[in-house]
Amino acid sequence: MKAKVYITPKKGILDPQGAAIEHALPALGFGGVANVRVGKYIELDLSGRDGSDEVDKMCKKLLANPIIEDFKFELVPD
Amino acid sequence: MSTLPQTETRTVRFGVVIFPGSNCDADSHDAVGTFAAAAARYLWHKDTGLDGLDCVILPGGFSYGDYLRSGAIARFSPIMEAVTRFAADGGLVIGICNGFQILLESGLLPGAIHRNQALKFVCRLVSLRVENATTPFTNKYNQGQVIRVPIAHMEGNYFIDAPGLASLEQHKQIVVRYCDESGSATKEANPNGSLANIAGVCNREGNVFGLMPHPERVCDPVVGGADGRGVFASIINSITQART
Repeated sequence: MKAKVYITPKKGILDPQGAAIEHALPALGFGGVANVRVGKYIELDLSGRDGSDEVDKMCKKLLANPIIEDFKFELVPD
Repeated sequence: MSTLPQTETRTVRFGVVIFPGSNCDADSHDAVGTFAAAAARYLWHKDTGLDGLDCVILPGGFSYGDYLRSGAIARFSPIMEAVTRFAADGGLVIGICNGFQILLESGLLPGAIHRNQALKFVCRLVSLRVENATTPFTNKYNQGQVIRVPIAHMEGNYFIDAPGLASLEQHKQIVVRYCDESGSATKEANPNGSLANIAGVCNREGNVFGLMPHPERVCDPVVGGADGRGVFASIINSITQART
């Protein structure tokens, strides 16, 4: 399986990068955009395993910092 | 690696950890060397022994290129297990800048650091107010004293949730705050958006301290200030006192 991990700043935490992008979009004519959040996307191969628990642990221990970040992931066939 | 001459008078022993990407290790090492009572030696991140040391310094820099998050990879270095045990046994540990980030990532200190609010690397002298002058790292300062120390970071924006902040306040773990020259912790004096102007915190036991500013860079008037000397003098003082 392949794991696709999405990491975003926790709700309520100021995301200065997201705010900067949100301010830039109207200048290009893209109005009505709100709540821009910038995160990370991580892909990894699990060499044939269905490792949902394993990926959850990876996220909590290393890939995300639970104090400031939320994460979610999906497992897709190779 | 160089070692200062360890004479009988240099009895307080510091270890400075070098991670791949550390770049303030020599500054920390040399700052210690300006104190007649202290000697410093370098430790490699793959070392696992801290025998005979009184204080471990995790210096500034960009360990492991700041990949993933600042300090996130360094916390898995072999030496960090030894540092964790050392801290649990009451040893003094100070993390400066990237060293602070490593202490936060490894859970030795509460909270987290994220990107500066203004998205800019900030490199300048700032004023700090000593909030707790009873720690082993600040006992040579006066309570409320304002000191001038440089910062140089892109990610120094301290965050902790509301219960965490209340706990820090309750246990006097906020050691230094950003302030203006008169000592007021104003929004304007906050260089990076840190919650409650927090510049440095200690653990509840008081033997682990981390801060974003660089006291080791202001230990000699020749380089623009000596306000950072108090940190090292405090450490030396508390270790010397504990022996008598």
